[in-house]
Amino acid sequence: MAVLVIADRDGDTVRDSTHKTVTAALKLSGDVDILVIGQGSKAAADAAAKIAGVRKVLLAESAGLGHQLAEAVEATVVGLAGGYDAILSPATTDGKNFMPRIAAKLDVAPISEIIEVVSNDTFVRPIYAGNALETIQSGDAKKVITVRPTSFDAAGEGGSAKVETVAGADAGKAAFVSDEMVKSDRPELGAAKIVVSGGRAMGSAEEFHAVMDPLADRLGAAVGASRAAVDAGYAPNDYQVGQTGKVVAPALYIAIGISGAIQHLAGMKDSKVIVAINKDADAPIFQVADYGIVGDYKTVVPELMTALG
Amino acid sequence: MKVLVPVKRVIDYNVKARVKADQTGVDLANVKMSMNPFDEIAVEEAVRMKEGKEHHAAGTVDEIVVVSIGVTQAQETIRTALAMGADRGLLIQSDADLEPLAVAKLLKAVVDEEKPDLVLLGKQSIDGDNNAVGQMLAALLDWPQATFAGKIVIGGGPNGERRATVTREVDGGLQTLSAALPAVVSVDLRLNTPRYASLPNIMKAKKKEIAVKAVADYGVDTVPRLKVVKVTAPPQRSAGIKVADAAELVSRLKIVGVL
Repeated sequence: MAVLVIADRDGDTVRDSTHKTVTAALKLSGDVDILVIGQGSKAAADAAAKIAGVRKVLLAESAGLGHQLAEAVEATVVGLAGGYDAILSPATTDGKNFMPRIAAKLDVAPISEIIEVVSNDTFVRPIYAGNALETIQSGDAKKVITVRPTSFDAAGEGGSAKVETVAGADAGKAAFVSDEMVKSDRPELGAAKIVVSGGRAMGSAEEFHAVMDPLADRLGAAVGASRAAVDAGYAPNDYQVGQTGKVVAPALYIAIGISGAIQHLAGMKDSKVIVAINKDADAPIFQVADYGIVGDYKTVVPELMTALG
Repeated sequence: MKVLVPVKRVIDYNVKARVKADQTGVDLANVKMSMNPFDEIAVEEAVRMKEGKEHHAAGTVDEIVVVSIGVTQAQETIRTALAMGADRGLLIQSDADLEPLAVAKLLKAVVDEEKPDLVLLGKQSIDGDNNAVGQMLAALLDWPQATFAGKIVIGGGPNGERRATVTREVDGGLQTLSAALPAVVSVDLRLNTPRYASLPNIMKAKKKEIAVKAVADYGVDTVPRLKVVKVTAPPQRSAGIKVADAAELVSRLKIVGVL
């Protein structure tokens, strides 16, 4: 059994989610190859070759692949699929975009966002925003799987795989127009080790940023928000943590002035350690929090800043 | 231009899903069901295109067809979309919970029949959380796809062809693509805020047509590829401890190694 992992490329390197997907792949087979797709991606392929346990690295390049266009990625991967029993990608927005497309072309049922490999054909994945876990067994000869990176440890470095160039398909009927990446020194919400989230208690957008931004910067954290805070216009929509927003699982999640609606809990309850700061001692957020402080965030957050030094 | 909007009847997003004791699935008996929130956003956008609201030019869309695959009660979901402003509905009746691949194949058959210029649908349903149908439908049709849309502009391309310029919500920011129509566009939360249907529109929707068909009418292979071994509740978190102040919190977080 051979497994192909599609790398999550970041300029001249590959993101940590690639290492984590390799760990999942190694549970399926010892023969794990990595496919690096992009344009001008030789350095990223060299970086992928250093991941421990990898057999070889395939490098496919074209203008369309440079922007991870689904049509180009699909055509490239389908061309390589004959040599593999399973194709894995991290469940990033890119992976979620192109993997089902690849699966459909291969007439395979895709398996989305696995959190555990039970055996060669059996996997666990969250459904209902994590309120239930589904164990599924695939009857397809070939498996197309996205992997939730936060559920696997990162494969180490120290490998020395060979890099081979393979044909890269170009864009089809969709063309890249532009990218507008958020220039922030803060980590991205979905990948951050620490997330600080604010709720409706903040009362205004100015207050939200005045309270959350310095704390996030002090902790090197990403900023999140409850749906109530987003709906009230205190925080932008892409901050939303919850069933209809982002699902996060950082090492530390600090919920400030968030009551803990089901909707919100679904998006953060897999965090390793949860801290809740809320003046209502009966707020449901305390039922999932490892550490709670009952108090007004207006006094607790400044004290927290002082305690952090 | 004609838009096809697939919608799914799912557990209401405010209801906590509970796993059945026999581990065969989630208990949906006597649970409030609603239109999948992302699909509601897709319906809203199609209606705004038809109304020529916001940046959409008047006459961008002249017909909105809503399709649902599911149980008889999914007609209520279609009716909700009709009350929001869609023109007619199609229910493909199925008591089985079909996998995304089967749904995509059925939708392809509907597209072959209806010949829409655009398929607009939610990026994922909040029950199965697969996030797959739109992408799979695009692949089966050999159409371009634009997933996770936060903004959609329909316009003409350099050769007079119609294109959808779609700004996508991706990790780390936004990506804008231009897809030649026909195309599949899956929508994300930020695209719009769906309307509540007005009472007159709800009344009007009762007169709109909903065609009912069976899965078998389409001659599509819907045999499941995945076997559900079990569905379990996730490990429950238990309430931890209340700490006295921020200083105690910081020292405890340092002890457990997260600071």
